[in-house]
Amino acid sequence: MTTQRALVEVKDAARWFDVSAPWLERVLSRKPRTLLRAVDGVSFTIRKGETLALVGESGCGKSTIARLLVGLYPLTQGSILFDGQPLSNMQGRGGLALRKRLQMIFQDPYASLNPRWRVGRIIAEPILAHTTLTPEEREARVDALLIQVGLHPSDKTRFPHQFSGGQRQRISIARALAVNPEFLVCDEPTSALDVSVQAQVLNIMKDLQRNLGLTYLFISHNLAVVHHVADRVGVMYLGRIVEIADRDTLFADPKHPYTRMLLSAIPDMTGQGSSRTPVAGEVPNPLNPPSGCTFHPRCPFARDLCKLESPSTQVFKGVEIACHGVVQGWPMQV
Amino acid sequence: MSNILEIKELSVEFPTRRGTLKALNEVSFSIAAGEVVGVVGESGAGKSLTGAAIIGLLEPPGRISGGQIWLEGRRIDQLPDEEMRRIRGREIGAIFQDPLTSLNPLYTVGHQIAETIVTHLPLTWTQARNRAIELLEATGIPAARERIDHYPHQFSGGMRQRVVIALALAAQPKLVVADEPTTALDVSIQAQIIELLKKMCREQGAAVMLITHDMGVIAETADRVVVMYAGRVAEIGKVRDVIHSPRHPYSVGLMGSIPSIHQQVERLVQIDGSMPRLTAIPTGCAFNPRCPNVMDRCRVERPELQQLGTSQAACWLHPAQEVA
Repeated sequence: MTTQRALVEVKDAARWFDVSAPWLERVLSRKPRTLLRAVDGVSFTIRKGETLALVGESGCGKSTIARLLVGLYPLTQGSILFDGQPLSNMQGRGGLALRKRLQMIFQDPYASLNPRWRVGRIIAEPILAHTTLTPEEREARVDALLIQVGLHPSDKTRFPHQFSGGQRQRISIARALAVNPEFLVCDEPTSALDVSVQAQVLNIMKDLQRNLGLTYLFISHNLAVVHHVADRVGVMYLGRIVEIADRDTLFADPKHPYTRMLLSAIPDMTGQGSSRTPVAGEVPNPLNPPSGCTFHPRCPFARDLCKLESPSTQVFKGVEIACHGVVQGWPMQV
Repeated sequence: MSNILEIKELSVEFPTRRGTLKALNEVSFSIAAGEVVGVVGESGAGKSLTGAAIIGLLEPPGRISGGQIWLEGRRIDQLPDEEMRRIRGREIGAIFQDPLTSLNPLYTVGHQIAETIVTHLPLTWTQARNRAIELLEATGIPAARERIDHYPHQFSGGMRQRVVIALALAAQPKLVVADEPTTALDVSIQAQIIELLKKMCREQGAAVMLITHDMGVIAETADRVVVMYAGRVAEIGKVRDVIHSPRHPYSVGLMGSIPSIHQQVERLVQIDGSMPRLTAIPTGCAFNPRCPNVMDRCRVERPELQQLGTSQAACWLHPAQEVA
């Protein structure tokens, strides 16, 4: 199913936000401009038909990457290629055809559906924008989509508030699928849902991927969910990707100290009463990130080099990793 | 084993214009001294409401319509507000999900902790302040002597939750009600907070009622677990038993729907449908429209909790029912 051809290529992408104080305050108290580097030099590729998951704690830049990929934010630096075409073309002529091929599912199913529109109109909107189907064909397409996500065609006359969270997320999925996209960006699609409903949505997403050959970028903070859906996993910390590997490699043999820390922080469901290895420290303020490797204040293996020099991403035993210690083979046992 | 908390057939209802909604329906369980009891269930199952009823903070028009709550042999569900206020903080400590809203932004954290201590224990302000510093140190806040004069907004999320734990345990309560204490936190901080909560309660011998939707947190923290569904108790048992051999079909579905990193499955177990609204709780067993093992009896008669080995489950599937 998975072929080697890259559908999405992200090269050194960066997105900085200007979070300076207002002009007058800045002039009066001589404050410099402040930049928040939400995403700072991220590179990865997603092959056709695979699911790449990005994990990380809040504020690490996962959602910013999702928004960059669908063109909701412009890039500050770097480039994103979708099937060979730069995403920056999205604004210009031919952008419509490009936009049709990638769609997004948002985290909060309560905020991402217009409460004043009936479900039928919500799902038909992208069809109206991107195709020239007749009204009858549009209706038929909406019916087919509702069935595909496990709802009933008669649901199209109802309003979003008449549905539960899981059903709303299915409506979001139907809307995203309306124009037959190849690539779906899913930003925490199940984190607002209860576990039993989360299972329903994850099952539907897997079925759709198998039947329609979809490619997913799946963003989540929940490692167990990521383990369930992903083919490859990228771990983010403070705007950078610190490790990307195949799912099985990453879970069986995590290399980066941060990945190891995240994995050991997963609650143990075996019910042995054994506790997690608690990790010291918290994510630093992204406005004032630590020097060198941004993880060094929390890293048990940090040496002087880590404080001075930011590690570049290198391929090490088939895994892309940004860590001085791993690449140079420092002893890293706790 | 003496029970610190005993809840007997507790019912809570909300009178509305369209009729009375039964949000809790004859919930019974107990917590022994030093025990950690987890309460799990999906949104709307009534977990938080149970917690609110125990600490006497039900939002009006919600009211206790039946049943009893006993704290160390004393009935507390009918106490006047004034007396309940003395019990809160002194005998029951509370930890809520959002640490920012449970602290007063206008006072330093030291003032808030010392205030609780002075209110409930026979100590002077100076002694209380020193005790507050000890508590903050015990919760792992670095440089507690300086941090005590800081305001809540100067702390990060994880540090704030440490302050809230210190506050809840300041007067050495017998029972701590922790409502989703780690849900607002990142995974790496979650582990630290759970570890801390366990340690502090063990040291003080406090009983803990841990309300969460995260089975993982329950699995590594709790001794026993209460599974709730639509305002009722579906199953009560030792954590290991409920995780490995759940008796109620809802617990079975709940455990199966949690993705695990230890095994790879193609499809997760899913429970079709969703939790019923309070306005339309089905007759008989509340779970019957979603239950894979539903029988005619389930649609008519409500099952009671039955002893099954070390667990209790409310389900007609288990023939122990007939013997009784």
